[in-house]
Amino acid sequence: MLPRTWWLRDLILLVLYIGVIYLAWIALEYAAIYWPTMRYYNRIIVLLGINIILAVSLNIINGHAGQFSLGHAGFMAVGAYGAAYLTVYHFGPYVEKFAEGSVQRLVWQNVFLLLAILAGAIVSAIAGYIVGLPSLRLRGDYLAIVTLGFGEIIRVVILNVEVIGAARGLTGIPAWSNFFWVFFFAGLTILISHRLVMSSVGRAFLAVREDQIAAEAMGVDTTRYKVKAFIIGSCLAGVAGALFAHYTPAYLNPTMFTFIKSFEVVAMVVLGGLGSITGSIIAAIILTILPEGLRYVKDIYPGMRDPRMVIYSIMLIVLMLTRPQGLFGRRELWEFLPKRKDSIPKEGRDEGDSNDKLDRDSGPPVT
Amino acid sequence: MADDIVLQANSVTIRFGGLTAVSNFNLAIRPHELVGLIGPNGAGKTTLFNMLTGVYKPTEGEIVIGGVKTTEMKPYQITSLGVARTFQNIRLFKELTVLDNVKIGGHIHYKYSGTSAVLHTNRFQEAEDEAEVESEKLLEIFGLKSRAESYAKNLPYGDQRRLEIARALAARPKLLLLDEPAAGLNDSETRSLMNTIHDIRDRFDIAILLIEHNMELVMGICERIVVLNFGKTIAEGTPETIRANPAVIEAYLGEPAEAAGL
Repeated sequence: MLPRTWWLRDLILLVLYIGVIYLAWIALEYAAIYWPTMRYYNRIIVLLGINIILAVSLNIINGHAGQFSLGHAGFMAVGAYGAAYLTVYHFGPYVEKFAEGSVQRLVWQNVFLLLAILAGAIVSAIAGYIVGLPSLRLRGDYLAIVTLGFGEIIRVVILNVEVIGAARGLTGIPAWSNFFWVFFFAGLTILISHRLVMSSVGRAFLAVREDQIAAEAMGVDTTRYKVKAFIIGSCLAGVAGALFAHYTPAYLNPTMFTFIKSFEVVAMVVLGGLGSITGSIIAAIILTILPEGLRYVKDIYPGMRDPRMVIYSIMLIVLMLTRPQGLFGRRELWEFLPKRKDSIPKEGRDEGDSNDKLDRDSGPPVT
Repeated sequence: MADDIVLQANSVTIRFGGLTAVSNFNLAIRPHELVGLIGPNGAGKTTLFNMLTGVYKPTEGEIVIGGVKTTEMKPYQITSLGVARTFQNIRLFKELTVLDNVKIGGHIHYKYSGTSAVLHTNRFQEAEDEAEVESEKLLEIFGLKSRAESYAKNLPYGDQRRLEIARALAARPKLLLLDEPAAGLNDSETRSLMNTIHDIRDRFDIAILLIEHNMELVMGICERIVVLNFGKTIAEGTPETIRANPAVIEAYLGEPAEAAGL
């Protein structure tokens, strides 16, 4: 049905995807006009999209390459502040010259938003490279602590840089980001992550996760792939940060990027199953909606104080106790749908020894 | 001259602190040769493998593979010179499928950038098609094709051993290092493995260096045997001469005796 030429096929899918999210965006905007409460839901949906980018990108580092990083909020902060710095001081004033509501203004603000996102992604990627370097030497818990420290360093540095608002936070960021761009990049993130893991690059990531010594023996430059995973993961976290910075109320504060934010993202990845892209997405959805949905518990029992975080924590504990490998383990959603061929086939595996086959395959000796 | 030697080890020595694990080891392997490396436990056989594959750096001496000095090289660089190995304690990528294990084995041959992977360029398609075809061919040879989609950890032990060899061959090596390929296999599986090893040597036209404790296997297929004891080469030669060598018998049985076990 779809053409075999790679670029044509991808282009058609891209246009279709853009069309779908554009229509969804319009629908949500109209809904917000008629039902003002939709504004609140719209906001959750957009934050959900940002969380999907964060979870899927962290899954590349933690799940695929098996390098336990606890610094994702740091990378997000780098992207957010990097992009916001550009828009506040350079792009914003330029766009202000055009009249409110004019086509030129609309075009420029989207072009500049993309440029700012690109800049945020690049700065984050550089930060990821710098953090990736110690991962050459450290494994497991030790690496986790280093990345945790690095995330905090980023936050403390931001806290002390006057030009980006320091402890007061950065205000005056133009609110250019919206549902459309967030889900455009969420889709892009999922696509990148999925295609990488289905490629030789992704297989190298998985090999590093499974067994570094064996991976080296197979010709995989483990150091290079570890750093690569860090760069790709942090670059995408930077995109999420840039989108977040420009989304209403378009205000940044260093307290948004404490290690608690990192843990939130790690919880999504672990809950979904380390290494499972669909798991990360579904866990991101659950962990974004759950704390919001639990706000209603307070209304049901008016005597109680807000118990939502208690329930949220208990649900997390129960989920992890019942499925320690996460929702999907290391597999993807679709692997659960058809029957896996993983059980030993019925006809048994002893269809002859391997060398019987060898003899048959090699045929009669040539004389 | 140098082209005729796949692997050359010149007075290779490694010390861990005060312990000399391997001392003054010399070996030259020619193409298509099947060499056995035997010796009692702790003789330094696996340490030697680890030096040949770059996991350890020799304290002294040099290793030359395909005319290139590898002493300062990393394991993955040595792999691209045409050396592949298996491990004594199986090191498969357990959580990956059998097919993916073999594809990673051929990693150095199916390379392309992350960008072409994301864009699915022609380069990507060609490399992946090649990986698919080559890997399935190998699985066919090793009788693992029906389990291609199984997770490696779910394979029976003997199949895991075979998969490790298949994965090593996917790197298209000129020299294959097998570290106790028959460990844990029963007699009939060992005999089947003997045929397999002999067969892949001819089919892929490679040299093989193998460590093994099973004397039937070593004596049965190796053209040349090197015996290590306490890090030193105590004998080298054809199976017949090794079998009759008093030093070897002493190393294995502890004292001079009639050629009992050998």
